[in-house]
Amino acid sequence: MKITGSEILIESLKKEGIKHMFGYPGGVVLNIFDLLHDEKELQLILTRHEQGAVHAADGYARATGKAGVALVTSGPGATNTVTGIATAAMDSIPLVVISGQVPTMLIGNDAFQEADIVGITRPCTKYNFLVKDVEDLARTIKEAFHIANTGRPGPVLIDLPKDVTTSKAEFHWPDSVKIRSYNPTYEGNKYMITQAAHMIAKAKKPLIIAGGGVISSGAAEELTELAEITQVPVTMTLMGLGGFPGTHKLSLGMLGMHGTYYANRSVQDSDLLIAIGMRFDDRVTGKIDAFAPNAKIIHIDIDPTSIRKNVRVDVPIVGDVKRVLTVMNKVIRDEVKEPWEEMRKAWARQIAAWKKERPMTYDHEADIIKPQYVVEKIYELTKGDAIIATEVGQNQMWAAQFYQYDKPRTWLSSGGLGTMGYGFPAAIGAQLAFPNRLVIDIAGDGSIQMNIQELATAVINKLPVKVAILNNRFLGMVRQWQELFYQERYSHTKLDETVPDFVKIAEAYNAVGLRAAKKSEVVPVLKEAFSIKRPVFMDFVIDWQEKVYPMVPAGAAIDHMLFPEEKKKPEKKLRAVK
Amino acid sequence: MRHTISVLVENKFGVLSRISGLFSGRGYNIESLSVGETIDPKVSVMTIVTSGDDWIVEQITKQLNKLIDVIKVVDMTELDHVEREMVMIKVSPRQEDKAEVLRLAEIFRGRIVDSSSKAYTIEVTGEEKKIAAFVELLRPMGIKEFVRTGKIAIAREGIKKS
Repeated sequence: MKITGSEILIESLKKEGIKHMFGYPGGVVLNIFDLLHDEKELQLILTRHEQGAVHAADGYARATGKAGVALVTSGPGATNTVTGIATAAMDSIPLVVISGQVPTMLIGNDAFQEADIVGITRPCTKYNFLVKDVEDLARTIKEAFHIANTGRPGPVLIDLPKDVTTSKAEFHWPDSVKIRSYNPTYEGNKYMITQAAHMIAKAKKPLIIAGGGVISSGAAEELTELAEITQVPVTMTLMGLGGFPGTHKLSLGMLGMHGTYYANRSVQDSDLLIAIGMRFDDRVTGKIDAFAPNAKIIHIDIDPTSIRKNVRVDVPIVGDVKRVLTVMNKVIRDEVKEPWEEMRKAWARQIAAWKKERPMTYDHEADIIKPQYVVEKIYELTKGDAIIATEVGQNQMWAAQFYQYDKPRTWLSSGGLGTMGYGFPAAIGAQLAFPNRLVIDIAGDGSIQMNIQELATAVINKLPVKVAILNNRFLGMVRQWQELFYQERYSHTKLDETVPDFVKIAEAYNAVGLRAAKKSEVVPVLKEAFSIKRPVFMDFVIDWQEKVYPMVPAGAAIDHMLFPEEKKKPEKKLRAVK
Repeated sequence: MRHTISVLVENKFGVLSRISGLFSGRGYNIESLSVGETIDPKVSVMTIVTSGDDWIVEQITKQLNKLIDVIKVVDMTELDHVEREMVMIKVSPRQEDKAEVLRLAEIFRGRIVDSSSKAYTIEVTGEEKKIAAFVELLRPMGIKEFVRTGKIAIAREGIKKS
């Protein structure tokens, strides 16, 4: 029996095991939305903006490991997805975005709500399709999910003209998919792996840098095993947080621009870096010529283009991180027997000295609310068991520094693109996937306003996301740069009295709003918020002068770190939000 | 250093744009690009002449390979290969130069593909150096128009550079 393209789409998504998607209706996708009206197995969550839909699908994907799905209309609906798609592309997150398109006949005519979304998203998708014939639809959907989920994951867009959604075809769901020009390398070269294992045994100051690839390949256990056998310390990129337990004694926390003193010093002093599922982003390396001057580099990544893109590599291993580490651990157990603890003693002692010299800390004594204090209390009260999403800027860095991520897929943050407005919809997506877990968006007063409309989505769908707004009345990270490098000329970063009353906003959306203006109110507010089974905005009125430290200035070597001045400048008065 | 890269791609809508977008998006240079179907109409071959140090050319070949529609990438520069390019040149020589133009065309094994009282159009095929030499010799005669196909390349059978 022949069915319509819209029906084929819905059936195909079900065959893919999709239960939820996020979206927004419009003219050319009406036929699809009409089917969703009676649909029981496949639920569409209506967001309040298409960007929110894509970030929510992204948060869903990061929390579950499976491709998130978004469905939007043509033209502005489609162009509104671009930031979300680019965010996912930079962080290798699997997404399938389905955009409606004007009827095939009208394509190219500048029709109403027409945009060449395939052309627009070509450089920020892993792949994209324009489906011109309903006969190709089921296979295209199968291929889209295959491409999104395999190899180095990424977003895929399917552009679906309206006439394809009404044309009819027999529904044949392909059992498997074979794309001759797409064959990711999963198995690492055994010779290279063995060579790497022997290098680890010879190294005096080895260091593992774990990136997002550890999480996307599900290799957290294998990584822990490798580190524990060989007693090699581990530092993580922003994307790698949760890939190795933050509380582990071998963990050095995050490295890079706002990394820990001891992580950055270890990188610069190391004689062997084992880079796993990471890509040597400039926020990680700092000044590239001065990066890890004494180290040989082993680089494991599924994407060959990541290897030797930014840094020289001595042992490249192209493959899936989990499979490579499984083999490497076996080689090490069987062939490379060393008195690991003994041989790492001097290195461990050195790192311990650095940890003692400059631990991650802040002014605990301050009366005013320090943002780090809020993050630390969130960690303590949730016992590290929450899913944390973040916005971008200072809030993101404090959330990375003062909450310890022990498990993968508990940290959702826009690393590569640095998208303000990401965290709240991403938290909504994660909450939908895990209705019984505590999901918290750590936000700033700037970022939260970039997708604040999604509060309606959270309320109407009973998704009890908690938003902790670290409210400093500034676009804090830019302000920090202006203070440090632009003579305190706060050009367009002072929001001050224009910051809305977040408690009232929450109430207006029928959510809960709480405020802590004093340090003593922080814990009670958090406790109350966590006990409420509804979405909550928490407005923490924090010290506006607080900065993210340590900080490596742009273009400096990563051991050239700035720390808070010992002598405090006289407090500057700034009007607080009521 | 210049490299001639041969790229086998799926003959699909949008593929050329994916390739050219890769070069422009990442700041790589395209000196010439030619595209045509292979014996299999579902597959096209693109011959791209680009330049960069080894580091960049390694990235270019890897990035090309990463594109979903790319079937195979061969850096011809690493192989023993034959390169050709065709140009068509329209010259309008003065009366006294006409014989010289025809003589040059003959020396370079060119063909006159169009002629009128005012101009000759000469077709020449060859390697880059030959074409450059031909153009230089014709230049004083008054070149009116000049079109070239871009380079195409094919590997020689059986001999690989060690």
